[in-house]
Amino acid sequence: MNIIVYIAGALFAVAALFAVVRIWRGPSILDRMVAADMLLSTLICVLGAEMVYNHHTRTLPVALVLAMFAFVGSVSVARFATKQKDAETNKTNEGTSPLDPSLDELAGGEK
Amino acid sequence: MTVDEWFELAASVCLLIGALLSLAAGVGLLRFPDALSRMHAATKPQIAGLAFILLAVGLDQRNWATVSTLFLVMLFQMLTAPVAAHMIGRAVYRTRHLRRELLLTDELADVVDRASHDLATDPANRPE
Repeated sequence: MNIIVYIAGALFAVAALFAVVRIWRGPSILDRMVAADMLLSTLICVLGAEMVYNHHTRTLPVALVLAMFAFVGSVSVARFATKQKDAETNKTNEGTSPLDPSLDELAGGEK
Repeated sequence: MTVDEWFELAASVCLLIGALLSLAAGVGLLRFPDALSRMHAATKPQIAGLAFILLAVGLDQRNWATVSTLFLVMLFQMLTAPVAAHMIGRAVYRTRHLRRELLLTDELADVVDRASHDLATDPANRPE
Protein backbone atom coordinates (compact mmCIF):
# COMPACT_ATOMS: atom_id res chain seq x y z
CA MET A 1 0.00 0.00 0.00
CA ASN A 2 2.61 2.56 1.09
CA ILE A 3 4.98 1.91 -1.79
CA ILE A 4 2.15 2.15 -4.35
CA VAL A 5 1.04 5.50 -2.91
CA TYR A 6 4.62 6.80 -3.13
CA ILE A 7 4.83 5.70 -6.78
CA ALA A 8 1.48 7.40 -7.50
CA GLY A 9 2.72 10.58 -5.81
CA ALA A 10 5.84 10.60 -7.96
CA LEU A 11 3.75 10.14 -11.13
CA PHE A 12 1.46 13.05 -10.08
CA ALA A 13 4.53 15.22 -9.44
CA VAL A 14 5.97 14.46 -12.90
CA ALA A 15 2.57 15.16 -14.54
CA ALA A 16 2.25 18.50 -12.69
CA LEU A 17 5.83 19.40 -13.66
CA PHE A 18 5.06 18.71 -17.36
CA ALA A 19 1.93 20.88 -17.11
CA VAL A 20 3.98 23.73 -15.59
CA VAL A 21 6.56 23.38 -18.40
CA ARG A 22 3.73 23.70 -20.94
CA ILE A 23 2.34 26.78 -19.11
CA TRP A 24 5.83 28.25 -19.25
CA ARG A 25 6.49 27.51 -22.92
CA GLY A 26 3.07 28.38 -24.29
CA PRO A 27 3.12 29.32 -27.18
CA SER A 28 -0.39 30.81 -27.04
CA ILE A 29 -2.60 31.79 -24.10
CA LEU A 30 -4.95 28.91 -24.99
CA ASP A 31 -2.18 26.29 -24.68
CA ARG A 32 -1.40 27.76 -21.27
CA MET A 33 -5.05 27.58 -20.26
CA VAL A 34 -5.35 23.93 -21.36
CA ALA A 35 -2.26 23.12 -19.27
CA ALA A 36 -3.60 25.08 -16.29
CA ASP A 37 -6.88 23.17 -16.51
CA MET A 38 -5.00 19.87 -16.53
CA LEU A 39 -2.87 21.06 -13.58
CA LEU A 40 -6.07 21.76 -11.63
CA SER A 41 -7.50 18.29 -12.40
CA THR A 42 -4.21 16.79 -11.25
CA LEU A 43 -4.56 18.83 -8.05
CA ILE A 44 -8.04 17.37 -7.42
CA CYS A 45 -6.58 13.88 -7.99
CA VAL A 46 -3.73 14.60 -5.54
CA LEU A 47 -6.28 15.74 -2.91
CA GLY A 48 -8.06 12.39 -3.38
CA ALA A 49 -4.82 10.41 -3.16
CA GLU A 50 -3.89 12.21 0.07
CA MET A 51 -7.33 11.37 1.51
CA VAL A 52 -6.74 7.68 0.71
CA TYR A 53 -3.24 7.74 2.22
CA ASN A 54 -4.24 9.40 5.50
CA HIS A 55 -7.74 7.83 5.75
CA HIS A 56 -9.74 11.04 6.21
CA THR A 57 -12.31 13.07 4.22
CA ARG A 58 -11.56 16.62 5.38
CA THR A 59 -10.51 17.88 1.92
CA LEU A 60 -13.54 16.42 0.14
CA PRO A 61 -15.42 19.80 0.15
CA VAL A 62 -12.35 21.41 -1.47
CA ALA A 63 -12.46 18.82 -4.27
CA LEU A 64 -16.20 19.42 -4.67
CA VAL A 65 -15.81 23.21 -5.02
CA LEU A 66 -12.86 22.83 -7.42
CA ALA A 67 -14.90 20.44 -9.58
CA MET A 68 -17.79 22.95 -9.61
CA PHE A 69 -15.87 26.15 -10.40
CA ALA A 70 -12.70 25.05 -12.21
CA PHE A 71 -14.28 25.72 -15.61
CA VAL A 72 -14.91 29.45 -14.95
CA GLY A 73 -11.26 30.35 -15.59
CA SER A 74 -11.03 28.46 -18.88
CA VAL A 75 -14.31 29.91 -20.15
CA SER A 76 -13.35 33.51 -19.35
CA VAL A 77 -9.87 33.16 -20.88
CA ALA A 78 -11.42 31.57 -24.01
CA ARG A 79 -13.89 34.48 -24.28
CA PHE A 80 -11.03 36.94 -23.79
CA ALA A 81 -8.90 35.32 -26.51
CA THR A 82 -11.80 35.32 -28.99
CA LYS A 83 -12.71 38.96 -28.24
CA GLN A 84 -9.08 40.05 -28.53
CA LYS A 85 -8.94 38.44 -31.96
CA ASP A 86 -12.17 40.17 -33.02
CA ALA A 87 -10.92 43.57 -31.84
CA GLU A 88 -7.67 43.11 -33.75
CA THR A 89 -9.66 42.12 -36.84
CA ASN A 90 -11.80 45.25 -36.73
CA LYS A 91 -8.73 47.44 -36.30
CA THR A 92 -6.57 46.08 -39.12
CA ASN A 93 -9.19 44.81 -41.52
CA GLU A 94 -12.12 47.25 -41.45
CA GLY A 95 -15.42 45.94 -42.72
CA THR A 96 -14.66 42.24 -43.03
CA SER A 97 -16.49 39.64 -41.03
CA PRO A 98 -14.75 38.07 -38.00
CA LEU A 99 -15.53 34.74 -39.61
CA ASP A 100 -13.45 35.57 -42.71
CA PRO A 101 -10.94 32.70 -43.13
CA SER A 102 -8.22 34.92 -44.69
CA LEU A 103 -7.18 36.69 -41.50
CA ASP A 104 -3.67 37.01 -40.13
CA GLU A 105 -2.41 34.91 -37.26
CA LEU A 106 -2.80 36.28 -33.76
CA ALA A 107 0.64 37.47 -32.66
CA GLY A 108 2.57 34.84 -30.71
CA GLY A 109 0.61 31.87 -32.03
CA GLU A 110 1.91 29.01 -34.11
CA LYS A 111 0.94 28.58 -37.75
CA MET B 1 -5.61 -11.63 3.51
CA THR B 2 -8.51 -10.04 5.35
CA VAL B 3 -11.33 -8.13 3.68
CA ASP B 4 -9.85 -4.78 4.76
CA GLU B 5 -6.54 -5.60 3.12
CA TRP B 6 -8.28 -6.49 -0.13
CA PHE B 7 -10.13 -3.14 -0.09
CA GLU B 8 -6.83 -1.36 0.58
CA LEU B 9 -5.15 -3.17 -2.31
CA ALA B 10 -8.02 -2.29 -4.67
CA ALA B 11 -7.84 1.37 -3.55
CA SER B 12 -4.11 1.57 -4.19
CA VAL B 13 -4.47 -0.04 -7.63
CA CYS B 14 -7.12 2.59 -8.48
CA LEU B 15 -4.75 5.32 -7.23
CA LEU B 16 -2.00 3.97 -9.47
CA ILE B 17 -4.27 3.93 -12.55
CA GLY B 18 -5.37 7.51 -11.82
CA ALA B 19 -1.76 8.61 -11.44
CA LEU B 20 -0.79 6.89 -14.70
CA LEU B 21 -3.61 8.73 -16.51
CA SER B 22 -2.33 12.03 -15.07
CA LEU B 23 1.19 11.21 -16.24
CA ALA B 24 -0.12 10.33 -19.71
CA ALA B 25 -1.85 13.74 -19.83
CA GLY B 26 1.38 15.48 -18.77
CA VAL B 27 3.43 13.71 -21.45
CA GLY B 28 0.73 14.47 -24.03
CA LEU B 29 0.69 18.16 -23.09
CA LEU B 30 4.43 18.33 -23.56
CA ARG B 31 4.77 16.27 -26.74
CA PHE B 32 1.65 16.93 -28.83
CA PRO B 33 2.03 19.43 -31.68
CA ASP B 34 -0.89 21.89 -31.43
CA ALA B 35 -3.53 23.22 -29.03
CA LEU B 36 -6.34 20.91 -30.17
CA SER B 37 -4.30 17.71 -29.74
CA ARG B 38 -3.06 19.00 -26.37
CA MET B 39 -6.70 19.42 -25.33
CA HIS B 40 -7.24 15.75 -26.20
CA ALA B 41 -4.42 14.77 -23.83
CA ALA B 42 -5.47 17.14 -21.06
CA THR B 43 -8.94 15.59 -20.69
CA LYS B 44 -7.55 12.26 -19.41
CA PRO B 45 -7.24 13.14 -15.69
CA GLN B 46 -10.35 15.34 -15.84
CA ILE B 47 -12.80 12.44 -16.15
CA ALA B 48 -11.14 8.99 -16.17
CA GLY B 49 -8.32 9.83 -13.76
CA LEU B 50 -10.68 11.58 -11.34
CA ALA B 51 -13.12 8.63 -11.54
CA PHE B 52 -10.40 6.17 -10.48
CA ILE B 53 -9.16 8.43 -7.66
CA LEU B 54 -12.69 8.93 -6.32
CA LEU B 55 -13.26 5.16 -6.55
CA ALA B 56 -10.12 4.73 -4.43
CA VAL B 57 -11.45 7.20 -1.82
CA GLY B 58 -14.78 5.32 -1.79
CA LEU B 59 -13.04 1.96 -1.35
CA ASP B 60 -10.97 3.45 1.48
CA GLN B 61 -13.89 5.01 3.40
CA ARG B 62 -16.83 2.68 2.58
CA ASN B 63 -19.68 4.77 4.01
CA TRP B 64 -22.62 6.37 2.22
CA ALA B 65 -21.99 9.93 3.44
CA THR B 66 -18.61 9.94 1.67
CA VAL B 67 -19.77 8.04 -1.40
CA SER B 68 -22.66 10.47 -2.03
CA THR B 69 -20.25 13.45 -1.91
CA LEU B 70 -17.86 11.61 -4.24
CA PHE B 71 -20.78 11.12 -6.61
CA LEU B 72 -21.46 14.88 -6.50
CA VAL B 73 -17.81 15.69 -7.26
CA MET B 74 -17.91 13.39 -10.29
CA LEU B 75 -21.26 14.81 -11.42
CA PHE B 76 -20.08 18.44 -11.30
CA GLN B 77 -16.82 17.57 -13.05
CA MET B 78 -18.76 15.82 -15.83
CA LEU B 79 -21.09 18.84 -16.14
CA THR B 80 -18.39 21.53 -16.24
CA ALA B 81 -15.44 19.90 -18.06
CA PRO B 82 -17.24 19.75 -21.45
CA VAL B 83 -18.26 23.44 -21.13
CA ALA B 84 -14.64 24.49 -20.62
CA ALA B 85 -13.44 22.19 -23.42
CA HIS B 86 -16.09 23.55 -25.80
CA MET B 87 -15.15 27.19 -25.14
CA ILE B 88 -11.39 26.52 -25.41
CA GLY B 89 -11.85 24.53 -28.63
CA ARG B 90 -13.99 27.29 -30.11
CA ALA B 91 -11.41 29.94 -29.21
CA VAL B 92 -8.60 27.78 -30.67
CA TYR B 93 -10.49 27.41 -33.94
CA ARG B 94 -11.36 31.11 -34.18
CA THR B 95 -7.88 32.39 -33.36
CA ARG B 96 -6.35 29.71 -35.66
CA HIS B 97 -3.92 28.18 -33.20
CA LEU B 98 -4.38 24.80 -34.88
CA ARG B 99 -2.14 23.21 -37.50
CA ARG B 100 -4.38 22.58 -40.47
CA GLU B 101 -2.02 20.04 -42.10
CA LEU B 102 -2.64 17.73 -39.12
CA LEU B 103 -6.41 17.72 -39.62
CA LEU B 104 -7.99 14.79 -41.47
CA THR B 105 -11.26 16.66 -41.98
CA ASP B 106 -12.69 20.04 -41.02
CA GLU B 107 -16.48 19.98 -41.09
CA LEU B 108 -16.76 23.42 -39.47
CA ALA B 109 -14.98 25.10 -42.41
CA ASP B 110 -17.97 24.58 -44.75
CA VAL B 111 -20.35 26.16 -42.23
CA VAL B 112 -18.01 29.13 -41.67
CA ASP B 113 -17.64 29.62 -45.44
CA ARG B 114 -21.40 29.63 -45.88
CA ALA B 115 -21.88 32.08 -43.00
CA SER B 116 -19.20 34.42 -44.36
CA HIS B 117 -20.80 34.27 -47.80
CA ASP B 118 -24.24 35.12 -46.37
CA LEU B 119 -22.80 38.05 -44.47
CA ALA B 120 -20.92 39.34 -47.50
CA THR B 121 -23.87 39.18 -49.89
CA ASP B 122 -26.59 40.54 -47.61
CA PRO B 123 -25.59 42.63 -44.56
CA ALA B 124 -29.22 42.54 -43.36
CA ASN B 125 -28.73 38.86 -42.53
CA ARG B 126 -26.10 39.73 -39.95
CA PRO B 127 -27.03 37.90 -36.76
CA GLU B 128 -27.09 40.00 -33.55
